[in-house]
This record gives sequence, C-alpha cells and structure tokens, in this order.
Amino acid sequence: MILKPLVLTLALLTGALGFTPSIQAAESVSILNVSYDPTRELYQEFNAAFAKQWQAKTGQNVKILQSHGGSSKQARAVIDGLEADIVTLALAYDIDAISEKAGLLPANWQSRLPHDSAPYSSTITFLVRKGNPKGIKDWNDLVKPGVSVITPNPKTSGVARWNYLAAWGYALKQSGGDEAKAQDFVWRLFKNVPVLDSGARGATTTFVERGIGDVLINWENEILLSTKGSGKDKFDIVVPPISILAEPTVSVVDKIVDKRGTRQVAQAYLEYLYSEEGQEIAGKHYYRPQLKSAAAKYAATFPTVELFTLKEIFGNWQKAHKTHFADGGTFDQIYLQSPK
Amino acid sequence: MSLVLKQPSVLPGFGLTLGFALFYFSLIVLIPLSGLFIKTTTLTWEQFWHTVTEPRAIASYQLTFGASFLGALINGVFGSVVAWVLVRYHFPGRSIVDALVDLPFALPTAVAGIALTAIYSSNGWIGRYLEPLGLKVAFTPLGVLVALTFIGLPFVVRTVQPVLQDLDLEVEEAAVTLGASRWQTFRAVIVPELWPALLTGMAMAFARSVGEYGSVIFIAGNMPLKSEITPLLIMTKLEQYDYAGATALGVVMLVVSFILALMINLIQWWGTARHSAR
Repeated sequence: MILKPLVLTLALLTGALGFTPSIQAAESVSILNVSYDPTRELYQEFNAAFAKQWQAKTGQNVKILQSHGGSSKQARAVIDGLEADIVTLALAYDIDAISEKAGLLPANWQSRLPHDSAPYSSTITFLVRKGNPKGIKDWNDLVKPGVSVITPNPKTSGVARWNYLAAWGYALKQSGGDEAKAQDFVWRLFKNVPVLDSGARGATTTFVERGIGDVLINWENEILLSTKGSGKDKFDIVVPPISILAEPTVSVVDKIVDKRGTRQVAQAYLEYLYSEEGQEIAGKHYYRPQLKSAAAKYAATFPTVELFTLKEIFGNWQKAHKTHFADGGTFDQIYLQSPK
Repeated sequence: MSLVLKQPSVLPGFGLTLGFALFYFSLIVLIPLSGLFIKTTTLTWEQFWHTVTEPRAIASYQLTFGASFLGALINGVFGSVVAWVLVRYHFPGRSIVDALVDLPFALPTAVAGIALTAIYSSNGWIGRYLEPLGLKVAFTPLGVLVALTFIGLPFVVRTVQPVLQDLDLEVEEAAVTLGASRWQTFRAVIVPELWPALLTGMAMAFARSVGEYGSVIFIAGNMPLKSEITPLLIMTKLEQYDYAGATALGVVMLVVSFILALMINLIQWWGTARHSAR
C-alpha cells in the first residue's frame, strides 16, 4: 500500500532510463533489483561492491536501483509490468508465479544457478522478552496455554509461510510423520496467535513497539539484526534445536533483460553474489553464506541448528502452497473449524 | 421525445457539456469499473458464488458494512454536534478546531492507523486505562469501528456546517414567539432543514469507510472470521495471485455499495420532497 508509489516511481524512473540508452549505454547502465523487505541493508552494501568490481572489470558505470516490499507484493508488481532486471525474493514460489503468470522467465529458472538459485540461506528462530520469562526453548513451548505467539499472516507474508512450514515440519518429525498430529500442533500454535499482521515488519512492530506477545517467530537475519541495536537489553534470542532451511532465491528476468539489453550485467550481478566477496557481505548481514570459507568466518554468528529442507518434507513450493495456504488449505481450516 | 430533450435552456452549450460530462465520467469511473466486471467473468457462476459466500467472506462483509454503518451513525450524532458548536458559538481557537476537522481527510490513512494503534494498544496512552476495565480496542472489531469513525468525521461536519450557517436565526426566533418549546424548535424547525445534509454526510462517511484499507489494517488484528475486513480479503487474494477471486469480492462490494447509495438517495429525495410539499 505504502510501497506502491515507490514502486511506481521506480517503474517510471527505469522507464525513463530505458528510453535514453543511446546516450548512456556505452559508459553507463542501470539495472533494477526487485527484492523483499529485510534485504535492504544487505543489497545496499552489495550494490556498491558490485558497481566497483564491474567498473574495474569492464570500465562501465553501473547504477543499481532497489525496490523493497512484501515478497509476493513485489512479484505481483513485476507480473503487472514493473521492469525488474533481477528478482531476489523470499521464496521460490513467488518467482514461480512470475514465470507462470507472466512468462517472463522459463519454468526451470531455479536450476540455472548453484544451490537451487539460493546464494544465501537463513532459518526461522524466536525472539523472546529479556530473561525469557515463559521459558521458551523449542517449538513445543509455543503451543502451551498462556503463551502468546506473534507471526504474520501466511496468506500475505513470505516469512509467515516459512514459519508455518517450520512448525509443521517440526511436528511431523516429532510424531514420526503423522500428518494429523502435525495439523493439530499447528492448530494449537495458531490458537496462541492474538494478531495476524499482514507482513514481517508489521509483526516485528507489534512485538517490539506494542509489547504484545511472548515470542516472535521470524527470519534469523531479522532477529539477529533487531538485537544488535537498542534491542539488546530488551530481548533474547532463542534458537530452537530444529528448524527449516529457508532459501530466498534469485533470478534474472529474461524477457526484461533481453528487452533492455542488460543480460550480461544482470547475470554478472547474480554470479557476484556467489563470489567470495558477495558471500562475505551476505554473512555480515546475517544471511548464512553457501561458500565454506565465508561460512567458517561467520560461524560464531550462526548457532548450529538441525535444518530440514522444504524439499524433504513438502516436496516443492507448489505442493506446499496448495496443501497449506491456498483457499481451503490447512491454514484456512484452523479458523473455519475448531480442532477435535 | 426529441422535442422534450431539446427543450431550450437559458444557458447555451448543453450538448457540448453533456457530451463532455459523459465522456469524462466514462473515462474516470465506468471503464475501470467495467474492467472489474469483465475480469470476474473468467470465473464460472459456481466459482463466483463459492468465492463470495465462503464463511470468511460473509464474516468480513458483516464487519465491513456493520462497522461502517455504526461509524456513520456515531459521526451523524457527534459530527452534527461538532458542526453546531463551530457555527453557533464563538470561542478562542475556533478556527484552529475548524481546521483540525479536516485532518482525517488529509492524513495518510496508514499514519492514522499506526497512530490509533499506538494509542489504543494495551500499552498505549488510552489502551492501558481501558484494558483493566476489560475493554480491548486495538486488534479487535472495536478497533475497526474506532478507525472508521475517525476517518468519517469530516464528511458529516463539512456537509452539515454550511447548512447550519445558512439557517436563518429569525426562523427559530419566529418559532419561539409562536410558543414553541426549545425541543419543538429543534425537532420541527432545525432538524428538517439539516436532515438532507446530514444524510448526505453520513452516506459519504459510510461509503468512505466501506472502502477503507490503510488505517484499519493496523488496528484490526486481522483475525479470520473476527476482525478481517473485506478489502483485506481482497488483498489476500491478490497476494495469492487470485485476481479473479479478488475481483469477485470487489464486485460484491461494488453492488452492495451502489444499492445502499441508491437507497440513501431515495430516502433523501423522499425527505426533501415531503419537506417542500408542506
């Protein structure tokens, strides 16, 4: 809602830049990276590093524009015509949607870059009030009566889907694969959720500013970031022993880069994410690097968690979405019928 | 027939201005709205019916239209009082209060929503005193009502105010000299004059509230079946790339709003007709 004018401005801006390549193309080029909310700081630093490297390598001046917002909102903007050269979104499902609804990139986009097009990963952890008064240590503490849990609405928020799948996967592992038990677990968890914000930043505000809830479920990188500043004395991080491996994915938007003639630089931009420097910057901004050397350097930042993948529990995003988040899925059932 | 249409008017340029008005109205209103209907036709009748009658949708209509209606009623009463005070009494700071009335108009709705949530949440200025009384405002349907009352206020004040200003004091004085009590004067002289303007103001406040998204979203809590407004449900459908489902809900809102607006216009027309006949 608030972001729409921004997105429009960017669209106009890139549109305008697109019209004047004859003057600028030789020594200068601009690309638009459409991303989700918490990557703002990461890409600010990464863009500067890439521009420097690209200039040194090719002598060309590259200007990278950024747009941030809720992941599926951003995907919808691209589908509706925002000219993104690159998308770096919270879940593969949103990039799938761009491929499926607008045909801007091939269906096999995810196999084009290493690690299923996820240059960095993250996981889902908890933030609790200082001193952890409710004694929360693991997922099953979240379903106890009297514990108030803050998570955004999985219908509208990318991270909320990871949260939901993490809880489901945990319960499935605990019960040895019993779907009914997993459903009951998620049911009880959502009975403890007093507010469903539409996005991750809204949920953080509810927890931090409004003082609502005993525990906030969120991206590991967001939680690490929120305890760096003034939050240090007010909150504690709780890392559950087991969680989901969350993989934000990236891709070049083929139709757009071919139209604007920016494929080469856009491709290089994504490859640079996988380089030593790119991985280093990701680690610095609390994203788990894929590269061994960078991962080793930031090993102290990231606690050891037993991570299960979306693939092993749910198969793929299309299936997970259909079962859990589509209309009438397991999430809707929580509110439409009470647990037995 | 054509003779009736071509009745001469004192003002020239009827054909030209009518043509322009129709063109402008089509461009700004009709074309976008017909797009809405065309998009819905990608659904079959069963799909459409299923989408617009699922329990979450029904609950959201009740909340959206119910809270908008209540908000309009509250504004009808208290907005009139505000207009009355601003017109009839002179006090220091009057023009400042007068300007403040427009604030809900001008303020970005998201800002209004965040401000109201901060005040009414359990650790907010007002919320902390209401909470011990067992009254929760933020993140409940009551919060939705508060937000909708906030944004609707200027509509009532700004429509009632000019009518009050134009009301001749002499008419009231005449009523008093003819032996009317204060209540009778109010009921038989002032209210009938204000009635059409008041209804218009309330109708506008209501219409504005039905479509409100920004301010409500922050204070509602957005719990399915409890505090979810229809515009949020539409957004939710869009986030899932369900464009047709979103437009289906949009069509329902459009049709209901149109019927309500038509009814209010009819009541108003009936009110003024009856009034002028006397």
